[in-house]
Amino acid sequence: MAEVTVRVFRGDREGGKPVDYKVPITEGMVVLDAVHSIQANQAPDLAVRWNCKAAKCGSCSAEVNGRPRLMCKTRMDSLPLDQPVTVYPMKAFPLIKDLATDVSWNYKVNQKIPPFQPRPGVEWKMDQRDIDRVQEFRKCIECFLCQNVCHVLRDHDKKDQFGGPRFFVRTAGLEMHPLDGVNRTRMLKEQLGIGFCNITKCCTEVCPEEIHITDNAIIPLKERVVDEFYDPITMLVHKIRGAK
Amino acid sequence: MTTASQHESHEHDVLIIGAGGAGLRAAIEALAQGARVGVVCKSLLGKAHTVMAEGGLAAAMANVDKADDWRTHFRDTMRGGKLLNNWHMAQLHAQEAPDRVRELEQWGALFDRTADGEILQRAFGGHTFKRLCHVGDRTGLEMIRTLQDRGVHMGFDVYMECTITKLLKDGDRVAGAFGYWRETGNFVTFKAKSIVIATGGIGKSWKITSNSWECTGDGMALAYEASAELLDMEFVQFHPTGMVWPPGVQGLLVTEAVRGEGGLLRNKSGERFMEKYDPKRMELSTRDVVARSIYTEVKEGRGSPHGGAFLDISHKPAEYVKRKLPSMYHQFKELADVDITKGPMEVGPTCHYVMGGIRVEAETGQSSVPGLFAAGEAAAGLHGANRLGGNSLSDLVVFGRRAGLAAAEHAKKVTAPALDTAQTEQAEREVLAPFGRSSGESPYQIHHDLQETMQNLVGIFRTDEDLRHALTELEKLKARAAKMRVEGSRVFNPGWHLSRDLQCMLTVSEACTHAALARKESRGAHSRLDYPKTEDAWGAKNHVIVKKGDAMTLFEAPRPAMPQELQQILAEDK
Repeated sequence: MAEVTVRVFRGDREGGKPVDYKVPITEGMVVLDAVHSIQANQAPDLAVRWNCKAAKCGSCSAEVNGRPRLMCKTRMDSLPLDQPVTVYPMKAFPLIKDLATDVSWNYKVNQKIPPFQPRPGVEWKMDQRDIDRVQEFRKCIECFLCQNVCHVLRDHDKKDQFGGPRFFVRTAGLEMHPLDGVNRTRMLKEQLGIGFCNITKCCTEVCPEEIHITDNAIIPLKERVVDEFYDPITMLVHKIRGAK
Repeated sequence: MTTASQHESHEHDVLIIGAGGAGLRAAIEALAQGARVGVVCKSLLGKAHTVMAEGGLAAAMANVDKADDWRTHFRDTMRGGKLLNNWHMAQLHAQEAPDRVRELEQWGALFDRTADGEILQRAFGGHTFKRLCHVGDRTGLEMIRTLQDRGVHMGFDVYMECTITKLLKDGDRVAGAFGYWRETGNFVTFKAKSIVIATGGIGKSWKITSNSWECTGDGMALAYEASAELLDMEFVQFHPTGMVWPPGVQGLLVTEAVRGEGGLLRNKSGERFMEKYDPKRMELSTRDVVARSIYTEVKEGRGSPHGGAFLDISHKPAEYVKRKLPSMYHQFKELADVDITKGPMEVGPTCHYVMGGIRVEAETGQSSVPGLFAAGEAAAGLHGANRLGGNSLSDLVVFGRRAGLAAAEHAKKVTAPALDTAQTEQAEREVLAPFGRSSGESPYQIHHDLQETMQNLVGIFRTDEDLRHALTELEKLKARAAKMRVEGSRVFNPGWHLSRDLQCMLTVSEACTHAALARKESRGAHSRLDYPKTEDAWGAKNHVIVKKGDAMTLFEAPRPAMPQELQQILAEDK
């Protein structure tokens, strides 16, 4: 059976280094299969997260040959196998061990977003065409790959001021729900810091669910913030009324 | 070794173990009753196996087929379960599921719509009418995200990546739980007046399964060790359509919605073989029948190249397939190089669900241990000998809510329990034991052999000889597990985690095999080659498994008589 070298980062908060493992290749194998093979036969304490193995849970995010991806969806035969396949943890989050990172910050951001609240007295009927665009956002499996590649988080580490693409997608899903009655524009501006995003579309490129994060979620939300806070006529009205 | 008093500890009125659909729905209900609620889950929040549910949630809303009502849903569920179901659970489930769906919608879930804006419903095996409320083929994700956000904003405490290894007791009643943090390996103790077990299934004991690493029967094993009763453990559902190729994805679920949307099953000669097995319902027969049919076709030499059957939806317009079955489209395209809008999939049976589980009261989810409740797949009763597709997601919300409510009410009535240090110290010794051994096998090897044993000897078709052989093998595996060794530190160490999960898998595998050996008939998902008939006498009793001393014991429990009104509903031929 053909073998391939898989170079996996091993280490914890104290530090670490890549370790090479020889893994037998089987037909149709994905990177997560290779990692499981290493666990079962060579390194039982190799830390990795996974659940569904079908790109539905978003647990097995990692950087394979330098590209952020789901390991369960990355076929070995899509990679050059004459050189080592490198598997590293997501860079934007603090390392726990090996391929597992501390993504708890994301759960804290989620808590800032006001939940769905129907408008009073709504009739529970919706047209499929009106929910198609919202269903796109609700496909998100929370793999956090978009957060991992967003330069505001990855390079500038603005986790205290910026929510990241995942939570713009979540907010878009709530704001564009046909029956929702909450306004989250101020929250987008002040708590999720949507202004930091300069629409480089890195998030859209890595989304395994192919959500058009930038075009369909972030840009329309930015427009809402601009309309509410920076529209000259509205600003004038607010000034006259003495509103903040 | 640290002592109990040095552990991190938390106290709640209601502790929920498991954060899938049932656990989250239970937590929401307990919070609504004013209880202080903690939720413990093995994975990150939102990753529980519920996200894998694809086809939909069965509820007699009658949005598409106006003739549907709870009576028909009740009858379908009972007939699908070969009348072994707890009839009261089947009744409550059919009556309450529509309200639970509306509630999800009011919490923000967005189901696919009918032309006049109602929730759309699709056909599924064994359901007389179009009944499954769905979101394409990712209904479980929609449900878990909705419940997760509802619960988080209501304010439960979530303990993520925390594994419970023992239930603690105060006399006969439950008093709390002991576990470890996956991240650090440190121990944690929870004190609670009520505990709801919602830990899901047991599929990881089989080699070919649709289940994730979490489905190791933890809740059932914890309850069993705490003297609770397990019910009908012989009934394990093999879903007829799992992927069979490539090897790495073998067992991965192919949703029944493919057949619900018109997918056809064929053998290698192109025959629609379901005509031989269930000419009336064809592809939309119940899962037990379809799984046996595919298995038989393959065994008799009429299978597909990789040992399955062909499942074809390519006669439908490509855009329709991509819209209604988007994840199936991507799953096959990316993992198997198959475009399902152009050609057939290859599918075969995969271990998917256990109908058996913790024995509970229908209305409350109360187990035989005071203060201990169970809901969802971890509990038994609703599905009898075979579960209908779509009845699981509705089970989670109907009985999750009921268990959460009862657990909160129980907590209001009782005083705080006392924790016993001797029990936590014992629990510590048990989980740390594999670290202390200088030699011994890796848990991965033992797990591999357990999966081979269950796959080969306790599968779709069973015999006395195979089941006895399985019990002998399980004894050997238990002996090996008692000497296994774990390498590395306690920090995020999957080998160590598996060593604990393996103990639970061994317990539930043994329960399943014992019950399968004892039931000398074929019924629903339990097919005995040596007892091929369904016998009325067996239909009058359930199997109960309970720990007596150190031994697993089994007894028969007579089924309570069904009220006249329900008997009448069952007798109506629709």
